[in-house]
Formats: sequence, structure tokens, C-alpha cells
Amino acid sequence: MAVISESITDMKGYKLHIVKTEKFKTNTIVWKMKAPLTSEDVTKRALLPYVLQSSSKAYPTTSKFRSYLDELYGANLFVDVSKKGEYQVLSFSLEIANEKFLSDPDPLLKKGLQLMAEILVNPLADNEAFDKETVEKEKRTLKQRIQAVYDDKMRYSNFRLIQEMCKDEPYALHVNGEIDDIQQIDEKNLYDYYKKAFKEDELDLFIIGDVDETEVQAIAQELLQFDDRTPKLVKLADGAQVEEKTVKDQEDVKQGKLNIGYRTNVHYGDEDYYALQVFNGIFGGFSHSKLFLNVREKNSLAYYVASRLESHKGLMMVMSGIEFENFELAVKIIREQMEAMKAGEFTDQEIEQTKAVIENQMLETMDTSRGMVEVLYHNVVSRQNVSLDDWLQGMSKTTKEEIVDVAKKVQLDTVYFLTGLEADK
Amino acid sequence: MEKITFEQLQEEMYYEKLSNGLDVYILPKKGFNKTYATFTTKYGSIDNHFLPPGKDDYVKVPDGIAHFLEHKLFEKEDGDVFQQFSKQGASANAFTSFTRTAYLFSSTSSVEKNLKTLIDFVQEPYFTEKTVEKEKGIIGQEITMYDDNPDWRLYFGLIQNMYKNHPVSIDIAGTIESISHITKDMLYECYETFYHPSNMLLFLVGPVNPQEIMGLIKENQGKKEYKNQPEIKRRFDVEQAGVAEKKQVLKMNVQTSKCLVGIKAADPTESGREMLKKELSINVMLDILFGKSSENYTELYGSGLIDDTFSYDYTEEQGFGFAMVGGDTNEPDVLASKLESMLMDAKAGRGLTNDNLERTKKKKIGAFLRAVNSPEYIANQFTRYAFNDMDLFEVVPILESLTLDDIKQAADKLIAEERFTVCQVVPKDKN
Repeated sequence: MAVISESITDMKGYKLHIVKTEKFKTNTIVWKMKAPLTSEDVTKRALLPYVLQSSSKAYPTTSKFRSYLDELYGANLFVDVSKKGEYQVLSFSLEIANEKFLSDPDPLLKKGLQLMAEILVNPLADNEAFDKETVEKEKRTLKQRIQAVYDDKMRYSNFRLIQEMCKDEPYALHVNGEIDDIQQIDEKNLYDYYKKAFKEDELDLFIIGDVDETEVQAIAQELLQFDDRTPKLVKLADGAQVEEKTVKDQEDVKQGKLNIGYRTNVHYGDEDYYALQVFNGIFGGFSHSKLFLNVREKNSLAYYVASRLESHKGLMMVMSGIEFENFELAVKIIREQMEAMKAGEFTDQEIEQTKAVIENQMLETMDTSRGMVEVLYHNVVSRQNVSLDDWLQGMSKTTKEEIVDVAKKVQLDTVYFLTGLEADK
Repeated sequence: MEKITFEQLQEEMYYEKLSNGLDVYILPKKGFNKTYATFTTKYGSIDNHFLPPGKDDYVKVPDGIAHFLEHKLFEKEDGDVFQQFSKQGASANAFTSFTRTAYLFSSTSSVEKNLKTLIDFVQEPYFTEKTVEKEKGIIGQEITMYDDNPDWRLYFGLIQNMYKNHPVSIDIAGTIESISHITKDMLYECYETFYHPSNMLLFLVGPVNPQEIMGLIKENQGKKEYKNQPEIKRRFDVEQAGVAEKKQVLKMNVQTSKCLVGIKAADPTESGREMLKKELSINVMLDILFGKSSENYTELYGSGLIDDTFSYDYTEEQGFGFAMVGGDTNEPDVLASKLESMLMDAKAGRGLTNDNLERTKKKKIGAFLRAVNSPEYIANQFTRYAFNDMDLFEVVPILESLTLDDIKQAADKLIAEERFTVCQVVPKDKN
């Protein structure tokens, strides 16, 4: 039996993905828009969803708009901007109670879809321009959102690593854009960009819940129609031999942040992608992994140390918090673990253990509607059609040889260290 | 085994109190892949002054010991328990709060094995001087990590402003200095005091057969010997009604300032249904006052005083309680005084209307349905509620029953100028 069943329908200008499940007491609607990450558009795209979610023609103030959401049994609306490889993805999510658990028979799903359509196609705008006040307010918030990255040193050091590592690649751009670009945005040019985005972006609508597929299709058909388009694709430039580099920043911090970036040279959908997943799990993905055991348990150097993959860009990032003077030692231990992986120094038991935990994690992800959408969206980004069952099977069939082969492809690119002001002494 | 049915939610739950005093709850969730189990003791960072069983004198233990003990329980003679769980395809974790220490796993296979592993590792402590020393380095890094986190510093700074004597103002992990005094004997003493089954609750939620699971748990517990333990005696110093400090400003390496306004709860001594009603009333009141549809939010956001980090929350356990409101801001002083005057207006009843109440009730009911999609939420919240003699599944009926009068009374009781306090984080180069 399939773990989940997704039905995909071609609609006007977008794809409709429906997952029918009785697991949840709510229904989830997610609208995604994807375009290549570019320095020209990154800041506008980061601002756009926040402007759209703050009001609409029918609900011209945030207060009216939010009151209506409260009336819909606290329908939860939020927007998000993320990077998937060298694409920038805008997500609009609305989670709304399934009325069968309420004494009130209000048709909430339909109203939720109407509201989603309202914010997407009927924004508060006039004469080809958004409401000026709204745009100015959201510009101010975006500025603070960009600044906030600096204040969270874990996020900041990860951002700095990527900035250094991917210097001349679009991936170095921060998903929230650049502070200096904000002032050039106004209600007019943002509206122009909005038109462009809805004309050119790759668009997907996901509905997860105990829904009637035919009914949902009919509603979506009525509410959302766009022109056909051919989504713009990004070519991944890979294969260049990288040169290792070390970058250090000094800041007034108490704990050093060690972030190491590797090029995996493997992407979602590649044949050896499953082996990469298992490799990452043995190396640093879990609390039974080599990094955790050697950096934390054996040497007490860190509280957290882990590696994670950016599957669409082909990167693996290690992150840890250590004392300043342990920098050399921690890097040495991490390097040794990587060498051990390349030399095949891991047991069948470690492989089995890792596969079991990855499978567990994947199945658990399917117990949340947001998790489902994120997993299914990998196929959209990578233009693949891997079902969850294929995924699990592919992963479980991975052999030790394949893991070693993948390990050999992994190249260290950049060691980044955020250290304290006193650390040079 | 008792079966409890929640018709409107279409859920059922099974309960039994075992002969050694352990409370066991099982909530079958059909259609889910995951089983999530928590094994929780009513022992947290505030329980630092107590009478060990069989002794005549109260002991006071170093700050951070409950959390230290949580770390150390994972280590056994033959390695750490994380290994065992991952061999069985599970992921395990634990957390320590002011009042609880919870151990948990989630897995989509081998549920029975994982459940046994969970119960056994918590019930078989193994501490040595050597492993205790080793842990000090790891927890030291955990503490330092939080030192660099402005939101954590802000949160604890605010609690420290409120409480002078109550141990809720002690950082859950302690300090590098305080944990340096921890020994294996102290860990055993805390363990013997607080990890008796009669002070614990086991909750399991997932696609399971409740009869089989209950049978397994009873068999496991039947093999272990526990002496009956009388009620645990904890001691708390007398806490004053007002706040300890009116204001604290922390200078940190940040670009944006942060500001929280706190209100120390008046006499938080309720439990059971009364506590639940009070807690929900205050939460509804805060939502009416500061939710995104409120006039206050519109004003604060519109004038650029807050951004989307703005939040509000109410926490209460027996003996302490506090509300907090705030977030990132460029003008921490202006925000603080605005929030205080908005709160004082609410005390006078302004903005608390029937329309607002009815809308907020709907919002809260929807939020509850969203929350019970999550096995983690059900297990963790149910346990917290049970430790305070409250029932998680009473939330919706009590919400529905709230009247405007309840809200006004809650506002009047909570809000008082002498219990306000402010904590701010500001960039080092400013001021």
C-alpha cells in the first residue's frame, strides 16, 4: 500500500496537488511560487508575500482581514520565503479547521480557498500600484527581518559560510534579500513585479486533508486561473575542483560557531542521491552519527554538532558551537571522520541503523500536512516523479560501496569560524 | 483500564493507575505512522530544596541539577541509549522545564521494543564520577550557547526581574560554576527522590493497540520492585507579591533592540478546573488585546514599534506565573510604555467586548483542533495539565463557557502596575 497518494491535475497556469487523508482535524492549503534566485529580484520577492497577506480589496485593513481569519475558526495563514537550490520559493499556507469537528456546519474549506484566492489575485491595489502605506510598513518589517539574522549567531554563521562558499553563485544571496535594495522598492514597481511573477513563476497549489477531490478541483478551477507558462529552469554549474579555504570573523560572542561547507556533487533525483542521504546520516545527521559521537560524546567539545544536506544545490553543511581555543582540534576531528567515511570505515550495523532512522524520519514527516507538502515539492523543484515508496525503497537498497563512492565525491570547500574578540591572544 | 471518549473530537483514550503509582495514558491515533511516547517526572529546575526519602534534613542542590540528571540518564555502562533507539529506528530526546523532566521517543516501527527501552533506561540510573565530569564540558557548551542567544537572555532576564526568592528565576541549565559542584551522589539522591513511579506519568500516542501496550507496561513494571513512597516534600522560600526589579537593560552584540513587558501573576495557587479556567481566560484576554486583529496590534505595527517577532504568552504553574508581551523593536522604551498603558486600559475594561470575545473563542477552538493534529502536543500538554490536575480535553468546553465577566475578572486580577516589569536587550554601542 502506498504511504500516501497524491493526485496531480494540470490547471490553468498551475498544478493542483491533492492528498486525501483522514489523519487531520484541519485542512491545509498551500500555494507555492518558484522562480530562479537573482540579485535583481530577490528583495522584491522577499517583500511580496508579506504585502499580499496583510490585506486585500475585500479586507482593506490588516485588522479586518485578521478578524475574518478569526471568524473562520482561527484559520492560520502565514507566508514564507525559502531557497531550494538556486530557486527562491514563496509559500502561502492556510490551515483551517475541518467543520466536521465543529458544531457549526460552516463550509470552511471553500471559504479558506476563497480567501487564499482573494489575497493572491485581488490585492489592495489601484491604478497598477499597491497601497502605499502597506508597502512602506512591510518594507520596514523586512528591514528588521534581514537585520535579525545577524542577532542569531547560529543562523548568522551559517549565512556567512554560504556567502563565502558560494561567492559568485546566486545561492550566496540571502533569501530575505538586501537591505540596500529595499529603499528602491515602491508601490508601483512592486506591483509590476507582482504581475510578472504571476505570469512567469512556476505555480503549485497543494490541498491536504479529508476533502472531496472533485469538489476541490471545481472550486480551484473557478477561483484561480492564470496564463500558461514554461517555468524558467536553473542550470547547475558543477564539477569544478574546489580549493579549500578558511574564513574567520571576529565578533563579541562567548561561543565560537564552527560551520563547514562541503560540495557533495550529488543532487536530488541523481542515481546516487539515496547513498548521499545514508552517507550524511552516518557522518553527522543523527545522534548516533560519527560527528556526535566523536566531537560531543568522546571529546566533550560541543553541545551540538550535526551535518545537513541542501539537496537541490548539492551542499552539505556541518555546524557546531565550540570554545574558541578548540577550533583546530574540532576541525581535525571532523576531518578525520570524513576521511573515515571515504575509507569505508563504518560498519554494516551503522548502515542499517542509519537507514532505519531515515525511514522513520521520512514516515514521521508524513504525519504533518506541512511535512507532506515539503516532501512532495521536492519533485516539483527537481522535475522528478519519485513517489515516497520509491524513495524509501531506493534508500533502503543502498550498499556500502555506493556510500563510499558518494563519500569520495564529497569535497571540503570552506571552513568558517565565528570567533570572539579575545580569541587571537 | 478505563476508556475515555471524546465524541466531538472523535478520539478515545485509555487510562490506568498501576499498583506502583504510575499513571499510564494511551491515545490510539489511527492513520498515523508515528508513535510518540513520553515518560515524565514531576521534577524540574525549581525543585532544588527537598527532603530525600528516609532522611530528616532538607537538602539544597546545585542549580541546574535536574537538567544535568536528564543528560546523564542517557548514558549506561555499555554506551548511550541514543544508540539503542536508533538501532530500533527511533529517535529519542528529553527536555527539562521548570517543573518537569520528560524523556521521549518517536518511531514508526518496533514500538514495543522502543517503549521498553524508554521505560528501562529511565528506571535504571547509572552514574559514575568519570561520566559526570565528562558531561560538564558538554553542558558548559550548552550554557554558553544560550549566553549568546539574545531571546533567551531576554526571557530569563524578565523572569529574574519578577522573582526574588522563587527558584523559577534560576536558569534551567544552571551556570558553569554551579554545575561544577555536581557529583554522582547528588544525582542519585535527586533520582531516588523524584523518579519514583508515583511521581511519574507515561503517555503514548500513535497507531497502537491499547490493550497490548498496557499489558506490556504492566508486565515491565511488575518485574521491578518499588517501595511505596510518601508524597515528596519540597520547600520554597516565601516570595513577595511585587516584582524584584522594575527594569533591566542587557547590552549585547545585536543590531535590533528587544523589549518584553512582564506581569507577575497574583497569588498563583489554583489547580484543577479553576486553574484551567483562569489560564484560558488570561490567554483569551491577551488575544483580544494583542492578537493581529486587535486595535492595539494595528496601532503598534502601523507606527513601526513592532514587527512580526511580536508575541505574547501566559505561563502558570503552582507557585508562580507570568504574562509576557513584546518582541524586536527600534524603540524599546516607547514600546514598553505603550504596552503598559494598553494593559492598564484593559484593566479598566476597554476593548474587552462580547464581539471580541466570541471571535477569539472561535479562533482558540480552531487552534486547539490544529494542535491536536500533533502527537507531540497531545502528549506534552496532557502531561503538563495532569500534573496540575487539569484535563487537556476540557479546553474546548471551558473555552465555550467563558463569559465577558470571566475575562474582565481575569484582567482585573492579573494586571497591576506594581507587578509590571520590563527587560530589554539593546545594542552595545547604543546608549
